[in-house]
Amino acid sequence: MKHFIVVGVLVIIVAALVSMGLGSIQLMPTQASAQAVPIDNLFGMHVKVISFLFSLIVVFLVYSIVVFRRKKGEEGDGDHFEGHTGLEIAWTIAPLATVLYFSYLGAQALAETRRADPQAMQVNVIGSQWSWRFEYPELGIVSDELRLPANRQVLLKLSSIDVIHSFWVPEFRVKQDALPGANMVKELRITPTLIGDYKVRCAELCGLQHAYMESPVIVMEPAGFDAWVIRQTALPTDPVDRGALWAKQFGCVACHSTDGATIVGPTWQGLSGKQETLTDGTTVTVDADFLHTAIVSPDAQVPQGFAPGIMPKNFGDTLSAEQINDIIAYIESLK
Amino acid sequence: MKILKLGIIRGVIAQIVGTAAGVGLVTGLRALMGLPAWAAEPAAVGGALIGIICFLAGVGALTDWWKWALGEEVEDHHGPDPRGWERYFGVSVDHKVIGIQYGVTSVALLLVAGSFALTFRTELVASGIQFLSPALYNTLMGLHGIVMIAAILLGVGAMSNYLVPLMIGARDMAFPRLNAFAYWVNVPGAVLVVSTLFLGGFDTGWTGYPPLSARAPLAMQMFFLGVYVVGLSSILGSLNIIVTTLRMRAPGMNMFRMPIFVWASFATALIGLTATQLIGLSFQMVMIQRLFGMGFFDPEKGGNVILFQHLFWFYSHPAVYVFILPGLGIVSELLPVFARKPLFGYKWIAMSSLAIALVGFLVWAHHMFTAGMEEYLRVPFMYATLLVAVPTGVKFFSWVGTIWRGKLEFPTPMLFTLGAVVVFLFGGLTGPPNGTVATDLHLHDTYWVVGHFHNTMFGGFVYPFFASIYYWFPKITGRKLDERLGKIHFWLMTPAFWVMTFGMMWIGLLGMRRRIADYDPAQGFDGVHLVLTIAAFVLATSILVFVINLIFSVKGGEAAEGNVWRSRSPEWQIASPAPEHNYDRPFKVVGEPYDYGLPGSTYVDMNPAMAGD
Repeated sequence: MKHFIVVGVLVIIVAALVSMGLGSIQLMPTQASAQAVPIDNLFGMHVKVISFLFSLIVVFLVYSIVVFRRKKGEEGDGDHFEGHTGLEIAWTIAPLATVLYFSYLGAQALAETRRADPQAMQVNVIGSQWSWRFEYPELGIVSDELRLPANRQVLLKLSSIDVIHSFWVPEFRVKQDALPGANMVKELRITPTLIGDYKVRCAELCGLQHAYMESPVIVMEPAGFDAWVIRQTALPTDPVDRGALWAKQFGCVACHSTDGATIVGPTWQGLSGKQETLTDGTTVTVDADFLHTAIVSPDAQVPQGFAPGIMPKNFGDTLSAEQINDIIAYIESLK
Repeated sequence: MKILKLGIIRGVIAQIVGTAAGVGLVTGLRALMGLPAWAAEPAAVGGALIGIICFLAGVGALTDWWKWALGEEVEDHHGPDPRGWERYFGVSVDHKVIGIQYGVTSVALLLVAGSFALTFRTELVASGIQFLSPALYNTLMGLHGIVMIAAILLGVGAMSNYLVPLMIGARDMAFPRLNAFAYWVNVPGAVLVVSTLFLGGFDTGWTGYPPLSARAPLAMQMFFLGVYVVGLSSILGSLNIIVTTLRMRAPGMNMFRMPIFVWASFATALIGLTATQLIGLSFQMVMIQRLFGMGFFDPEKGGNVILFQHLFWFYSHPAVYVFILPGLGIVSELLPVFARKPLFGYKWIAMSSLAIALVGFLVWAHHMFTAGMEEYLRVPFMYATLLVAVPTGVKFFSWVGTIWRGKLEFPTPMLFTLGAVVVFLFGGLTGPPNGTVATDLHLHDTYWVVGHFHNTMFGGFVYPFFASIYYWFPKITGRKLDERLGKIHFWLMTPAFWVMTFGMMWIGLLGMRRRIADYDPAQGFDGVHLVLTIAAFVLATSILVFVINLIFSVKGGEAAEGNVWRSRSPEWQIASPAPEHNYDRPFKVVGEPYDYGLPGSTYVDMNPAMAGD
């Protein structure tokens, strides 16, 4: 009995110390959304239970190692007892009750993160290798960064044009995969609560440049957001400027640099007017026609040193004819 | 040509020739069908398939069955094997030889997969790209995963093959030829998986999710095929363990008098036999999608990318219980020996293995909480997932009950056993936050999960596997592993592992994603990654110490005769190494397996009276 009292006291002390120690270090990123609150609260409860159970078993273990070790010259075996049905039932029932309660809490917290605000602003989030595009259908804006007004729920409609991606802003906590396929648009609700600059980081392995599939997420004062909306809805008049905008928004520059570096596809710097050798051995001069074909059917003419099958084949559908011409004008401007 | 006497050399040569023939066959068939004759991917897949079959024929794993088909006589029981060390490099039907073949292959693959990890861990030492291209990083990361999985499955095969027949008093496994086949089919499988490194790599990780895997380079197919045959080995091996356990126990050994490791093996085999098909199926469907354009998972052809994940995880979650249950069985097996006390709650521990195996079938979709499956499915899978904690808890409490008031000794196998308990405890406790859906929305696909997972694998497999090697090495070789080197191994590995696991989990919570070749310096993780990389090198050093110990002790270790650990288990009542057919005569079980501390009790009667039998 003496042993049990000592161990019991030790378990309580160690569990309190572990729990306090974990409480004193930052375990979670900044809390920047309403959905983060129930998640962090639940995680906090998990940490307390983990601290207690870890201490419980480890203190019993270490105590046994120290106190019940075989002393020098000691012969013989330990006490002969084979088990205790009452104890076994107790330590089956108690964990069962705990996990059922945690499941209940988990379902509650999940419901909390999904609570819908009918006034939510819709943003279509489209993932592609390896960039994000954000469309604001109610505002007529397409952007390569996600700007959000603080304290207003946003309903994200997630999809992908190629492989599976996953939308995750650690400061917002919640995460949802973006899937390819017509009927596979997935929803995620976020209410940003803290003004600041964050990043959406693709959380599902999506190929070569997966690590770099990160885009800015900017939570703004509602007034600042409105000013941004007004700026965005006025398009530049110069086709070159518009082309640069499309190239960013549709993710072209994730694979094509504009500074001469090779990322995945050929760089756009000095591309126009260049003699290019194709994989079939022919040599062509890059002109507007060539560029048009390269955009709408990329595998028709692959330059040597590059692989077919990487660039999406549907830009002819997703881009308007004017947008394609703008992009060509932009490429031609990059000497 | 003495070297051709080694089955493995004949097998590899046959695999090369077979692959070439397969490539030619496919190309020829395409020409006959009026298709463009040369197509790299169908040719490579055809070549690889025929290569596997040729390897098996070349090594001799099909010989007896071929003779049966022709109606020729074959030996019913294997006689004394005249070969010395050569027997380990060719087909043998002795379960002990096969167990050692599994074990050595497992350790070799653990080293290969570990060095992959060390390579990309070095790349992660700082943000920015140091020396690996993202393509090579992704390939090594995927290979680390899948080669480790193969290594662990082989390690599980090693323990159950070597130990189960000895522990239950059987002369061999129920199907010795199938046993040999199940081992040898792994070898061409491993060759195919590693060949991906030289065929352009693959960038999908070991999970191989389409559509990414449907677009990946040719090497993806070699990965799928390699995993497919390793899975076949798992299915056949499990079948053998189940039949052997059910049908070949010594007289008097009812199910509740089996050594507890046999229960663990049995529960593991139930999963291996019935779940493995699903990963084979999911990979096979992607293979066919790539080869014949059947769009199972292609949204443009009416396919569904979520379907793959259901099929894949239906095996791949229970698979983690295949990895850990034998290890937990080793813990239950060794604690009583070194505590000199009965196993606390034998029946509860035995039943908890079965419970984990069965509940494990109902939890797969917890890998998909953020994947975009039907939203209402998430809650029932959360309840089912957390239920796994209940039988797992029973094991921990019973282990504490086992050592409480014992007379504890701490040779190297006991150190690794206790290490396993603590490490697996932390791995188990960090599971529920992934199980409750809300918290998983944050944790999924982060380094937290990587840390949690490595905890369960180290606690559930790596530590117990080392414990079992230190413990049964004298049985296998008649010599002990060096105690001092063993303790250095343990005390280097353990702190290094804890640093790694805490560091990974911490930055995972703070926003470090998994499976990335580079990370954003603005997140401030450079310092932690440096520490993680140093810890990884310390861990690798400890493994090096283990390998040196292993090599040195096979010939130069201290001779260990008889029952070195004073165990009650039958395999320690006979000579080491164990004789050709294990026991001269069947022993009889006359008591409980773990009655340490009960004066005058015995578990097995090695020389039972024949009368009345």
